[in-house]
Amino acid sequence: MNTAGSAETVFALAFVLLLVAPLAIAGVALINAGLGRSRSAAQALLGNLAVSAVAWIAFAAVGASLAGVLGGSGAAVHAGGKAWHWLGFGTWPLSGFAAAPAAMQLALLFQFLSVAFAAILPWGSGADRLRLRGGCAVAAVMAALVFPLFAHWIWNGGWLSQLGVNFGLGAGFLDPGGAATIHVLGGLSALAVVWIAGPRRGKFPKEGLSTAMPGHNASYVLFGCFVALVGWLAWNAAGALLWLHLPLTALPTAAIGTLLAATGALAATFTVTRIRFGKPDASLCANGWLAGLVASSACAAVVAPGASLFIGIVAGILTPLLVEVLELALSIDDPTGAITVHGVSGLWGLLAAGLFASQAGQLIAQLVGIAALLGIALPLAYLLFALLNRIAPLRVDPDGERIGMDLHELGGGAYPEFVIHRDESYR
Amino acid sequence: MKYAGLLVMPAGFFLTLAALVLFPGAVPRAAFVVCGVAVEALGLGVAIRGHMMRRGEARP
Repeated sequence: MNTAGSAETVFALAFVLLLVAPLAIAGVALINAGLGRSRSAAQALLGNLAVSAVAWIAFAAVGASLAGVLGGSGAAVHAGGKAWHWLGFGTWPLSGFAAAPAAMQLALLFQFLSVAFAAILPWGSGADRLRLRGGCAVAAVMAALVFPLFAHWIWNGGWLSQLGVNFGLGAGFLDPGGAATIHVLGGLSALAVVWIAGPRRGKFPKEGLSTAMPGHNASYVLFGCFVALVGWLAWNAAGALLWLHLPLTALPTAAIGTLLAATGALAATFTVTRIRFGKPDASLCANGWLAGLVASSACAAVVAPGASLFIGIVAGILTPLLVEVLELALSIDDPTGAITVHGVSGLWGLLAAGLFASQAGQLIAQLVGIAALLGIALPLAYLLFALLNRIAPLRVDPDGERIGMDLHELGGGAYPEFVIHRDESYR
Repeated sequence: MKYAGLLVMPAGFFLTLAALVLFPGAVPRAAFVVCGVAVEALGLGVAIRGHMMRRGEARP
């Protein structure tokens, strides 16, 4: 597994890192809850738990086998004299897990965490109008069908991971921290969900600009950034050990790269929002911080820290500008900014990993992976979620949206002593 | 229009796959891969345009 440290040491370290990594999910959940409205806060946070739980069950029941985490026969197509591994058809994890080698067990744990992370992103974008059962259904479809496809292609010996061996394209498609399988997949799924569910009531009136619906708790949002950072440091380090087989001595570089990407992105967003609005915007700065972390998922372990800083700065400039373009120009209502923060920044990080890589052909490998994500993930997610929406509507009825998701779906609010504002209060 | 855009996106993906199989040389392969990504971007643009048109009609 690793030449520098003993296999047991690496196993123990990777396992501990994976126990800390869920803090990234907790941080993003906290950020998403804070960016939503106060009358939907309890439903938003409960939804993150429920969506994660459903994703884990669906992945254990179906997804992990299709992803081929524990090996197995798989489905391959032969074209151009090469074998293209498309799907896993592996051992059922609930029966073959205990007997699997240690590295495979860790890979399975990493992918269990990843599938939940990917599943909570569309839930955040559908805040304030998505039914709990709708979010869970989306998570089940993602975990059982969409995520396993890409997990197999990128992590479990699929054709994208073999681009280096088969076509001499660098080391194959690189995604050690899950920028593609978690963030781009989650961001594109969020776009599909937002398109299908539509905007929040009153967000885009017939005349005039879109209605501002600010997040209800900036403290949650900013504290969530710190929590996410801890998880992200562990996540990127675990990914570097598991997928790149880096020596233990390379982990501090990956951690510093993660920090620099996040801080560069924060500084850039802070500056851009200060220039745009006269004062820095707290929620956009938090989104910038996250965008830097997302970009670092692709590249922190494979590029120099200076390059990570640059990659973070670009992500931090793109984030506030694209959030504005999506809302004002493209009429896309994404309360948490997941499409920009996770989707676009993830794509940028993957591209940058190719741009700054030392191996020949790595940039083309990264472009092929990006093409696979854009060309398959978005259409597939849209098709599946649209079918799901026909069977069980994702969106609540107008009355439920009016009184708030907490009262409508849970029968009680997150802040029972607070006065709930009417929609008109935001105008 | 949105569906047309979403159908164009896999076409761009298959173009990148074809580039891998058909062009062993680095430059033509890279050019066709970039073209495939550009076709996907075009499809995404059409899908977004379709979304905006539908939203414009559906506004209250």
